Amino acid sequence: MKITNVEALKRIAIEVRKGIIEAVYSAKSGHPGGALSCADILTVLYFNQMNIDEKKPDDPNRDRLILSKGHASAALYSVLAEKGYFSKEELKNFRKLESKLQGHPDMKKLPGVDMTTGSLGQGLSAGVGMAIASKMDKAGCKIYCILGDGEIEEGQVWEALMAASKNNLDNLCVILDNNNLQIDGEIDKVGGMNNITEKFLSFGFNVVNINGHNMDEIIDAITTAKQTKGKPTIIIAKTIKGKGVSFMENKASWHGKAPSKEEYELAIEELNKEMLED
Amino acid sequence: MNENIKIATRQSYGEELAKLGEENKQIVVLDADLSTATKTELFAKKFPDRFINVGIAEQNLMGIAAGLSSFGKIPYASTFAVFAAGRAYEQIRNSIAYPKLNVKICATHAGITVGEDGATHQMLEDLGLMRSLPNMTVMCTSDDIQTKWAVREISKINGPVYLRLCRLATPVIYDTSSKFEIGKAVQIGEGTDAAILATGVTVSEAIKAKEILKEKGIDVRVIDFHTIKPIDRKMIIKCAKETNRIITVEDHSIIGGLGSSVCEVLSGEYPVKVERMGIVDTFGESGKADELMRKYKIDSTAIVEKILELDK
Repeated sequence: MKITNVEALKRIAIEVRKGIIEAVYSAKSGHPGGALSCADILTVLYFNQMNIDEKKPDDPNRDRLILSKGHASAALYSVLAEKGYFSKEELKNFRKLESKLQGHPDMKKLPGVDMTTGSLGQGLSAGVGMAIASKMDKAGCKIYCILGDGEIEEGQVWEALMAASKNNLDNLCVILDNNNLQIDGEIDKVGGMNNITEKFLSFGFNVVNINGHNMDEIIDAITTAKQTKGKPTIIIAKTIKGKGVSFMENKASWHGKAPSKEEYELAIEELNKEMLED
Repeated sequence: MNENIKIATRQSYGEELAKLGEENKQIVVLDADLSTATKTELFAKKFPDRFINVGIAEQNLMGIAAGLSSFGKIPYASTFAVFAAGRAYEQIRNSIAYPKLNVKICATHAGITVGEDGATHQMLEDLGLMRSLPNMTVMCTSDDIQTKWAVREISKINGPVYLRLCRLATPVIYDTSSKFEIGKAVQIGEGTDAAILATGVTVSEAIKAKEILKEKGIDVRVIDFHTIKPIDRKMIIKCAKETNRIITVEDHSIIGGLGSSVCEVLSGEYPVKVERMGIVDTFGESGKADELMRKYKIDSTAIVEKILELDK
């Protein structure tokens, strides 16, 4: 069922964020910062945009989502649970022994995961392969791939962008989670990545810049991507690492650590409050 | 074995792949700007719509193949062995082997027999790298007939395969009625004085050595290990029991390849002394393939010398 009401989508995104916090807190490990930054994007994709059916996770004609920044797995798991691929209780098994919810997404362990990811820089290449396959079969599938902004320091990403452009993959929509922080600090200072809009344009992409926490803008950008013919689209989504939990926002230190009990309670309280305010 | 007809396994690969493409429409072929050398150009000419040239971008090559396979395609991804198993190792590991995707990595120009291009292009560690990956089937075929069989056979396995192919033209060993099975080594001869366990380009060298030794009254058998993983344990143990003298020969480092595989089996199940012939923990160099095989002691002469030495 497609959710078109933006307020409803916002409420789902808050639930997704709560799921992220639950999962990371239960695991006592994980990556909350980058998961929270892409929660709104994933919510729009799974509840408003993608042609998917949680009851048929293997439908060959479904749209695909590749979370290339696989360390944000808690966000993907939380949105899949919210969508009904599996019970939300399962989030508590995140990163635990024998769990389907591996530290990084495993397509063979968890229905709903379209590609195994985690080693940065590899997901988009798989996305290019899927987009080519869909075109070969005239299957009409849309392929979405979420990249981290630190991740694009990997050279393979640019190999994949080149291939997407060469093959005119207008069924491929890349979304850059541009939260401007990586483990060791700010993107432009650690790896030296800059002028990204110009870089993507020069690689032959249709480039759309948006606020990655504004539901209307996310919906419009993806709609534009679907309508753009002859070339792939990249949405540069300006986001806030740790978005939704005040003390996690814009802090690289929340890239890869779990909250304490007090922090966990505070985070859930904040999110519950936001839900009421909405 | 017919020494007058020599065909490189990369050529056999290209020819059979082009044929297979007619029968199986799910087969797609990828290359990284080496299609004239890997011979995937033969497929590309017949099926341009099912051929993807990614340019000189091997990491992307593996990832695209992974994505295609998730849609039910059967991708054959080709480039030189050093760029496949070497440069794109981690892509193969995480995007193909770990999710057990149905990608056939057909890597040509393996081994020191690449020749003149020298050490940078002579991949001597690929068997070790690939066979240590869970889910991976690893093959290294010895002649035209066997390679054509393998190209076809691996399309029937649902899972990743690494097929090691060579640049050097080598004699045709088998005839068209020969039967093979993945994971089952081929025994040539019944000799009990020694067993020469070989793979790829060294199989024909081992057969030549067998003929020379026969004239000297030494009767050896040759075993062709076209499959490195899963390794034919039964055959290894049988040979150890029947000959008590095992020699392995490969155009690969003595660390990690056939020799190591054989030692792993024997050390646990039937310990006997094993002589490992191969590239002894060194990089290669430029030269003609036959000169290099001579210098690095993986040709028939070296095998004969080794066995005569052991006989003393």
